Amino acid sequence: MPIFAPVGRMFLAFLALVGRVTVFAGRTLGHMVTPPFYFRLIFKQMREIGYFSLPVVAMTTLFAGMVLALQSYSGFSRFSAESAVATVVVISMTRELGPVFAGLMVAGRVGAAIAAEIGTMRVTEQIDALVTLSTNPLKYLVVPRVYAGLLTLPVLVLIGDIIGVLGGYLVGVNKLGFNEGSYIRNTFQYLEQLDVISGLVKAAVFGFIITLMGCYHGYHSRGGAQGVGQATTNAVVSSSILILISNYIVTELFFAR
Amino acid sequence: MSETAKISLRDVHKSFGPKKVLQGINLDVAPGESVAIIGGSGTGKSVTLKCVLGLLTPDQGSIKVNGTEMVGASPATREDMLSHAGMLFQGAALFDSLSVWQNVAFGLIEGRGMKPQQARDIAIARLADVGLGPDIANMSPASLSGGMQKRVGLARAIATEPDILFFDEPTTGIDPIMGDVINDLIVKCTRELGACAMTITHDMASARKIADRVAMLYQGKIIWNGPVSEIDTADNPYLQQFISGDIEGPLDLDLKHL
Repeated sequence: MPIFAPVGRMFLAFLALVGRVTVFAGRTLGHMVTPPFYFRLIFKQMREIGYFSLPVVAMTTLFAGMVLALQSYSGFSRFSAESAVATVVVISMTRELGPVFAGLMVAGRVGAAIAAEIGTMRVTEQIDALVTLSTNPLKYLVVPRVYAGLLTLPVLVLIGDIIGVLGGYLVGVNKLGFNEGSYIRNTFQYLEQLDVISGLVKAAVFGFIITLMGCYHGYHSRGGAQGVGQATTNAVVSSSILILISNYIVTELFFAR
Repeated sequence: MSETAKISLRDVHKSFGPKKVLQGINLDVAPGESVAIIGGSGTGKSVTLKCVLGLLTPDQGSIKVNGTEMVGASPATREDMLSHAGMLFQGAALFDSLSVWQNVAFGLIEGRGMKPQQARDIAIARLADVGLGPDIANMSPASLSGGMQKRVGLARAIATEPDILFFDEPTTGIDPIMGDVINDLIVKCTRELGACAMTITHDMASARKIADRVAMLYQGKIIWNGPVSEIDTADNPYLQQFISGDIEGPLDLDLKHL
């Protein structure tokens, strides 16, 4: 029976981690709706998280849209359904690929940076210094980042959706020989508001997850440079996994029959 | 003494897992008094300080600041206490993302809601108090030397004119001359503010210079507590070994590998 003890310990440790993250999220949400609000820091983080992530999101979604057009054309041509390429591209981008790709890229870029910055502040006693200066670290460090993630990810995804559709259009028109007008018409013909809205809701959820996990792991980092490195890794891994899990849950909520 | 003490610790215990770090600390700091807690590495000096500041919660005991119980106090009570306190961290703990003057003015702007321009003027005055010119006000803390960072940290600690000051190893990591400069500044700032001070250090030269009274911490307890003028004549063998720096003596130095 020696196998059960380590498995049990791991399971209990996992439950304890879930509990700690839940408490951290609850405290953060509580501070998000009570003053003081650091608007200057929220705008600064919106620039860091949103504006500076634009190039990487744009590149990712552009090529995702281009590949999607190529792949769907290659597949659909087997049963003469090439005309569905534009529709598949736009629905895939708005519902799934735009939010998920943007979320994963921002998790890698921003989640890691947040964990490293707050982790360094923890191990160099800067967070303790905030406390001694009568400033709540959750309000000052965590809340502005979570607000910024929550607000900027939907905008990033909306831009990513447009760029992804543009990528599909470029391949469709220039490489696959679609007529420009009919490609654009097919793009919008079957697109529904819910396709875009569900993607934006996902983006907001992902923004919350990415910033929260970055802050959580940074805030609780221990043990100098190695601890900060571990916190960075944990932030990216945990937010990536949670993005994929929450993606399924939100999809189920919107589209399950 | 505890009735009039600015800071009063009674039977404070703190453990981390099986490791008992504090095992019944009793200590008073009177108004205007400067107390240095000395002791070797790992004896619980930092833990004591963090318990007083509320960064750690004691397992047992009482910590009163200005007569108000801090163990189990509400965040508002603790924030009120901290608004009258200043802290100089061992590594200065300056905020990398802010300039020097913004670091010094942080407590004024964020804690007291002062306008940045007014806070900047005060920050530059505090920098002058610790011997730093206005030319460094806009610099990043990372571009300063260790000694300058400590002085900026001291300027930040005194910016709100607190009546309690905490110093965590103020001379560690800097050369002896700069250490003496920091000690002089601590004495000057503490006297000018009329503040009481609690310092943790293992630098005896620093303790002798800045403290009115010294408390020695060993194995989680205060084993000697008295005026700084009496440390050389005290008949406590643990204290005598520590201040003389002898390897031989009653202190368990945990040097099994030597």
